Amino acid sequence: METADHFGFIAAAYTAAAAVVLVLIAWVMIDYRAQRRALADLERRGFSRRSEPVQAGPAMEQARQDA
Amino acid sequence: MPVIDFANPSRFLNVANRAIPWFGGAAVLAFAFGLNQAVVAPDDYQQGATVKIMFLHVPGAWLGMLGWAVMTVAALGTLVWRHPLADVTAKAAAPIGAAFTLMCLVTGSLWGRPMWGTYWVWDARLTSVLVLFLLYLGVIAVWRTVEDPSRAARAAAILTIVGALDLPIIKFSVDWWNTLHQPASVFRAGGPTIHPTILMPLLIMTVAFTLLFVTLLLAAMRNEILRRRVRTLRLMQASAAA
Repeated sequence: METADHFGFIAAAYTAAAAVVLVLIAWVMIDYRAQRRALADLERRGFSRRSEPVQAGPAMEQARQDA
Repeated sequence: MPVIDFANPSRFLNVANRAIPWFGGAAVLAFAFGLNQAVVAPDDYQQGATVKIMFLHVPGAWLGMLGWAVMTVAALGTLVWRHPLADVTAKAAAPIGAAFTLMCLVTGSLWGRPMWGTYWVWDARLTSVLVLFLLYLGVIAVWRTVEDPSRAARAAAILTIVGALDLPIIKFSVDWWNTLHQPASVFRAGGPTIHPTILMPLLIMTVAFTLLFVTLLLAAMRNEILRRRVRTLRLMQASAAA
């Protein structure tokens, strides 16, 4: 059984695996930049994890516990 | 420092920031070595060159199952200890596990066509892995549709623990039922049945993919912790504006 007989299947499998890996890497990198950008934007507006809220509501307390 | 201290999200971020480049670098080196070994590996006496698909298919299957096992342990952490880092782990692992399960299904299908004469057959092994993929999609859907993270975590944890029943079914499906899929040839009583010249590239590629999985999981967990901080700050912002 020669390699050339099934080259298409082997190439397709490696291409599919490479696509899965690249999509995963791109997903974590893009998401990381988006979260860092969002945090920086909030901190520029004066909101940081150490800043005290004006009024702490129940939803905010829940979110704090989640974070 | 006790191990439990790493469960603190801020401390975890510090550890993850240091660990991600090391795991990523180790994965790149392992892939370079593993792919080189895969190229020079001899053809199988029955399956010919298509055996090279195994170097992707088996790690995909292993990581698809490992991802669900990680989520199951995290689900216990969510339900028993209600720890936020357990929620973060479970949510971060789901898309990664789903992607590797999809890789297992696609590469298996492309291997099956030349060897079995068909891309798909409803035998127990293939069907149980497809069920695992659908379970992953279900968990991801729960995380995306339930807005409150703690409620989503509990619902996803219950689904994850119930879905864990699929893991032994996948593993033993080839023993319990008459399947077109071959029986276990690596992790079996009596040792592997694969020749060392093919087994070694397979093990190296499995290590490479596992290092990649750990890197991606740490990075996705870091992203999820940051996302929750953004959510907290946005709620603070909305509260301040009200």
